[in-house]
Amino acid sequence: MLTHLRPSRPRRRALAVGAGVATLALALTACSSGSSGSSDAKTQDPNEKITLTVATFNNFGYTQDLLDEYTKAHPNVTIKQTIAATSDDAKNNFTTKLAAGGAGLADVQAVDVDWMPIVLQYENKFTDLTDDSLKDRWLQWKTAQATAPDGKLLGYGTDIGPEAICYRQDLFAKYGLPSDPDKVAELLGGADSTWDKYFSVGEDFVQKSGGKVAWYDSSEGTYQAMVGQIANPYEESTGTPKDLATNQTIKDLFTKVATESKDKGLSAHNQEWSDDWSKSFQNDAFATMACPPWMTGSIEDNAGGVKGWNVANVFPGGGGNWGGSFLVVPAAGKHTAAAKEFAAWLTAPDQQVGAFKEAGNYPSQVDAEVSDTVSSSTNDFFNNAPVGKIFADRAKAVTVTPFKGQNYFTINKAVTDALVAYDVQGKGTVDSNWNAAVDAYKALGLG
Amino acid sequence: MAADVTVTEPASPATPPTPPRHGRGEKSPRRVGLSQTLSRWDVKVSPYLYISPFFVLFAITGLFPLLYTGWISLRNWTLIGGDAGPAGFDNFTAVFQQDEFWLSLRNTFMIFLLSSVPQMVVAIILAALLHQNIRAKTFWRMGVLVPYIVAPVAVGMIFSQLFSDQYGVVNELLNAVGLPSVGWHKDTFAAWSAIATMVNFRWTGYNTLIFLAAMQAVPQDLYEAAVLDGAGRVRQFFSITLPQIRATLIFVIITSTIGGLQIFDEPRVFDVTGTGGPSHQWETTTMYLWNLGWGPQQNMGRAAAVAWILFVVIVLIGIVNYLISSRISSGETRQKKGRGSRRRRTPIAADMKGDLL
Repeated sequence: MLTHLRPSRPRRRALAVGAGVATLALALTACSSGSSGSSDAKTQDPNEKITLTVATFNNFGYTQDLLDEYTKAHPNVTIKQTIAATSDDAKNNFTTKLAAGGAGLADVQAVDVDWMPIVLQYENKFTDLTDDSLKDRWLQWKTAQATAPDGKLLGYGTDIGPEAICYRQDLFAKYGLPSDPDKVAELLGGADSTWDKYFSVGEDFVQKSGGKVAWYDSSEGTYQAMVGQIANPYEESTGTPKDLATNQTIKDLFTKVATESKDKGLSAHNQEWSDDWSKSFQNDAFATMACPPWMTGSIEDNAGGVKGWNVANVFPGGGGNWGGSFLVVPAAGKHTAAAKEFAAWLTAPDQQVGAFKEAGNYPSQVDAEVSDTVSSSTNDFFNNAPVGKIFADRAKAVTVTPFKGQNYFTINKAVTDALVAYDVQGKGTVDSNWNAAVDAYKALGLG
Repeated sequence: MAADVTVTEPASPATPPTPPRHGRGEKSPRRVGLSQTLSRWDVKVSPYLYISPFFVLFAITGLFPLLYTGWISLRNWTLIGGDAGPAGFDNFTAVFQQDEFWLSLRNTFMIFLLSSVPQMVVAIILAALLHQNIRAKTFWRMGVLVPYIVAPVAVGMIFSQLFSDQYGVVNELLNAVGLPSVGWHKDTFAAWSAIATMVNFRWTGYNTLIFLAAMQAVPQDLYEAAVLDGAGRVRQFFSITLPQIRATLIFVIITSTIGGLQIFDEPRVFDVTGTGGPSHQWETTTMYLWNLGWGPQQNMGRAAAVAWILFVVIVLIGIVNYLISSRISSGETRQKKGRGSRRRRTPIAADMKGDLL
């Protein structure tokens, strides 16, 4: 651990050089990725002692015991893991070091799907991880998220976030709606569930509760779930941004969510992840929310002590995915071949089942999902809901992978900011806020 | 520094005749050659040598980044991709055309005013109270500094709990006494006030101690004379304490101006996204800089342009501060001449002034 805090001298010097003469470092990076053949030969010497670093964030479920197993099988390899507290910390660290030419990045770097556009945009800074023997390891749409336009696979999938509907069984029963999970799934339209259906049941519920309980937690979360079902929300597949002013699909979506959230009172009018949002779980402020597997943990944290949560095996508008991560191998690393092998091992079904047991991250590997441990798992907090089976079904229902280019988040933020201004802060009208979003888009000068 | 004010001897020690001082030049009149050259060198060069570490460090950590930022601001530069060719002054014109930039300037100034003005007033009052003969002096004096040692991010987290719109503690207290809730994040002015409160919480105690130090250096005989003349406590405060600590006041105003115009931590932790609100209600200029460079746009060129604009703004305000302070200090010199030998002791006020000018 201590040696970890003290970077060795040559590495420190490399950092300084990398920071000072970024262009030179860029050139060096390009060279080293071009001539990876020689370094392959070097690391394939089984007797050479090497240290591989892996950088993750939050909780990937990679315990020391798990990492030790790899060292047992490969005695020459020592593994060191650094864990960032939040995904944002990890992202800042990742982009800053990448900007310095890749010096100081871990050999294996965990990347959230939200920042995969950076990896895809600067693909020559990462090792091509294509491996025919692993072709069918992951769900197809998961692999697609990490595949560059030219077909290179840049990341090995770890977990995914297939969404189901988490709901308050007790509040459903209290206000006269069917409360059994299967009945709720049916109520929302079953396999053919649509957002219109979801909203209309919501209007009914809010009316029955006398306006005391909202239907969902936040307009952003709902909008996010809906945008996640559009193939090209803000950009063409070539990466060209669509003019937001003429993007009718998004305008309709915005209008729909804004109207339902504010005018019909379906949302609890909180900004996602704010303190009010966290506290609204304790105050019976809303009855349903879109929830990927990792969200069940957040719900449990925020709603501790509140009984009555359950999970319905249904999602409006077909399947949807929210979040999930990849392991990538920066090309600037010294042992890219060994790192690739290690990343492949870490994302193998057995290891991801272990991570699921440890941290609840739902695996993206086909074999891991059907394994007994995962498929038979239940969640006590959600009234013993069979989450293993539910999320496997939800993962299968995902058909669309939205294209997220380098401008996805900027444009998305312009729209969600307008949504928050209208729904949470009560500013202006639906139209005036849409115009604000269009103005914000124009200010980006993507043109 | 202080020497400028108190020392009245002629400035050049190399001309010995007038004052019989123990200058090195006189010590060995026979060996005029080398030793005199050395001592002349010593006099001329050493001061620069002694002060040079600061300037060397400044050149590395201050001047170089400043100039390099200027260079970046003239290029198309992305965070990861790096330099992508010259941009001329496009970055500057683009920034000036953004409403967001002007909003951020407005927010910065408003939060600065809302924090600095009450902060100064409260700090001076607190310092005056602490200057009285009270029990457990050290306890109270240390007490006001406690908020300063709390990490700004922790302050932000505590205050975002207090200032939540729906379930915040402040709103619940307001409701408890029958007042309506305040939309701390909805209402722009309320948001500024909440952020200014965070800033005040942190810095009031710090400024209080600086003022207290200045007050303790005010000569006691002035107060005694005032008491003899029949001045009450309030009159003493306005007629003696305030004029005597004026230079310290200016020093604190300048430092808090610089700090206030660079405000970042508090507004950044004010909500969960940390980007300054959905309609940029509390996005300050430094936050705007950060959002441009390290947000999803990763546009370092524009971020560098904002950094330079902010630098120029702060320099301009610094010049205004300088003009005001030099006007006031020259007024003080006149005062001093009038009073003659009575003020032989140099109060801290004069020291401070020496530092500033």
